Amino acid sequence: MKITRKEVEHVAGLARLDLSEEEMDLFTGQMDAILAYVDKLNELDTSAVIPTAHAVPMENAFRDDEERPSIGVEDALANAPERAEGFFRVPKVIE
Amino acid sequence: MELYELTLHELHGKLKKREVSSVEATKACLDRIGAVEGKVRAFITVTPDEALKSAAEADRRIAAGDIDILTGIPIALKDIFLTKGILTTCASKILANFIPPYDATSWKRLKERGAVLVGKLNQDEFAMGSSCESSHFGPTRNPWDLERIPGGSSGGSATAIAARLVTATLGTDTGGSIRQPASHCGCVGLKPTYGRVSRYGVIAYASSLDQVGPVTRDVTDCAVMLGAVAGYDPCDSTSVNLPVPDYAGALVSDVKGMKIGLPKECFISGLDPDVQQAMDEAIAVYKELGAQFVEISLPTLDYAVAAYYLIATAEASSNLARYDGVRFGHRTEKTQGLIDMFKKSRAEGFGVEVKRRIMLGTYALSSGYYDAYYLKAQKVRTLIMHDFIRAFENVDFIITPVAPTPAFKIGEKINDPLQMYLSDIFTIPINLAGTCGMSVPARFSSEGLPIGLQLIGKPFGEETIIRAAYTFEQATEWHKRKAQI
Repeated sequence: MKITRKEVEHVAGLARLDLSEEEMDLFTGQMDAILAYVDKLNELDTSAVIPTAHAVPMENAFRDDEERPSIGVEDALANAPERAEGFFRVPKVIE
Repeated sequence: MELYELTLHELHGKLKKREVSSVEATKACLDRIGAVEGKVRAFITVTPDEALKSAAEADRRIAAGDIDILTGIPIALKDIFLTKGILTTCASKILANFIPPYDATSWKRLKERGAVLVGKLNQDEFAMGSSCESSHFGPTRNPWDLERIPGGSSGGSATAIAARLVTATLGTDTGGSIRQPASHCGCVGLKPTYGRVSRYGVIAYASSLDQVGPVTRDVTDCAVMLGAVAGYDPCDSTSVNLPVPDYAGALVSDVKGMKIGLPKECFISGLDPDVQQAMDEAIAVYKELGAQFVEISLPTLDYAVAAYYLIATAEASSNLARYDGVRFGHRTEKTQGLIDMFKKSRAEGFGVEVKRRIMLGTYALSSGYYDAYYLKAQKVRTLIMHDFIRAFENVDFIITPVAPTPAFKIGEKINDPLQMYLSDIFTIPINLAGTCGMSVPARFSSEGLPIGLQLIGKPFGEETIIRAAYTFEQATEWHKRKAQI
C-alpha cells in the first residue's frame, strides 16, 4: 500500500481540491498503482548525482531595474469573476 | 487541387504570383471546416470574421509588395496559446470564458508577418494527455479512422493538418504532445530544444519541459514555422539568447556519411509489428541514402516515464495553483469562505486527468515525500541527460519509434492512466533531456493508420534533424498520402 485514503484526503486539502467520495476512492487506487510504478527509480543509485531542475545551462536571467508600463487595471480586471472599486472581490480573507 | 490542400510553401508561391488571394485561401479553409469539422471536432473556436478581415489586410500588404512567407497563410493555434481578445480555454471548463488581454509571443511573431488566424484548436485539458480525450469540449477524432484518437495533447493541431482544415499550425510538447499526434495523423511535428522558442503567453503545464513547435504538412513548412517563432524573448527568462539559424537552408536532401544512433533499448522484442516494419524500412532507406548506423545505449531510458510523471505533475501542481477563482476563470457559486471558494472552484472547473496529476504532483512535493519522489526524479533526469550527451559524442542524430503502436481506439485507455502514461515511452526522454525531436510520416500500418519516425537531435541541432527528415521525406513521399475525409 503506497498511499492510504487518509493521505489522499490530506493531499486534496493541500491541493485545494474539494473531491467527491467517489473521486477520493478512484484516486486512492490509481495513485497507489502509479506510485508503485515510480518506485522503480529506486533501482538507480543516485547518491552522487546532482539534480537537474533546468535542462539548458543558464544563469541569472536579469533585466535592468527600469520601470515599464504594466497591464493596467481594466485589462487586469477584465476576466474577474467579481470586482469592486478597481479590485478583485473575494470572500473575507481574515475571519 | 483545392486551395486548402496546398502546403504553406505552395500557397506562398501562388500568393506571391497573385494567382490566388489570401481571402480566397482563407475562405477555402473555412468552407472545408464547414464540411468536415462535424466529423473530426478539431476546433474549440473558429473565428471566421476575424480571419477574413486579417486575410483582406494581408491581401492589401501583398498588393503593396509587402509579402513574406507567412503573409496571408491561414493557420490555427492549439487553444493553449493566448490570443488577445479571442477566447482561450486550454480545453478546460475552468477557463471556458477566458478572454486573454495579451498575445503569446509565438502568435505575435506570426501575426506581425501577416499570418491569418482561423481558430483555436482542441487539445487535452491543460495539455495533460496523450489522446485528446480529456478535453472539456469532447474528443477530437483521427481523420484516418474516426473511431480512433488523433493523439495528444496537440490532437486538434495534427487533425487540422491531416484533414486539410488549415495550412499550418502550432502545438506544444511537454512529454510528446506534438510528436505523438503528428505520428498518429501522418504529419510532421517538431519539438525544438528547450529555450529555442518563447513560452510567454503559453498556458503553463510543466515549465521545465514545455516547448512550442510546429505541426505541419511537410518538413519544409516545419522549417518555415520554426524560423518564424524561434528566438530570444525578453518576456521569457527561460528563452535562450542564441541566434536563429536559417532553417530553410537545412532543407537539403543529403545524409551521406551521417552517423545515426539506434538505441538498443528502443528496439526490444514485442514492439508492434507495424511499428517494427516502419523502423526496419526507415533504416533501409537511410542506409540506401548513404548514412551509417551506430548502435548506442541509453540505459536510463526505462526510467524516463517514472521520472516524468513525478517532475511534470509536481510542476503542474504549482502552475495550476493560479486557477483559484480569484482573478479569472470559473468561480463557484456556492462560496462558504475563501478556502472553500478555492476548493470548490477548482473541483468544479478541472477534469479528472488534471485533478489526478495535481494530486500526484502535490504528493510528490509534500513534506516527507519531496526527497523520495521529486528530488529523486530530478537526479534520474540528470542521468538521462548524460545518456544523451554520451550518445551524441558518436552520432549526428538518433532514430526511434514515436509511439509503441498506431493510434488506438477512443475509450481504449482512458480508464487505465498508467497504460496511457506508458505509451509516451519514446517521446518523454527528449523533453527530460531538453533536446530536440521531430516526427515524420514513415509508413502506414496494415489497417491504413499513419506511423511516424522520430529523429532526435543534439541541443540546438534542429538543422541536422530538419536535413535528415527532409531527405527521408523526399525519398519516400509518405507525407503526400491523404486521409479520405
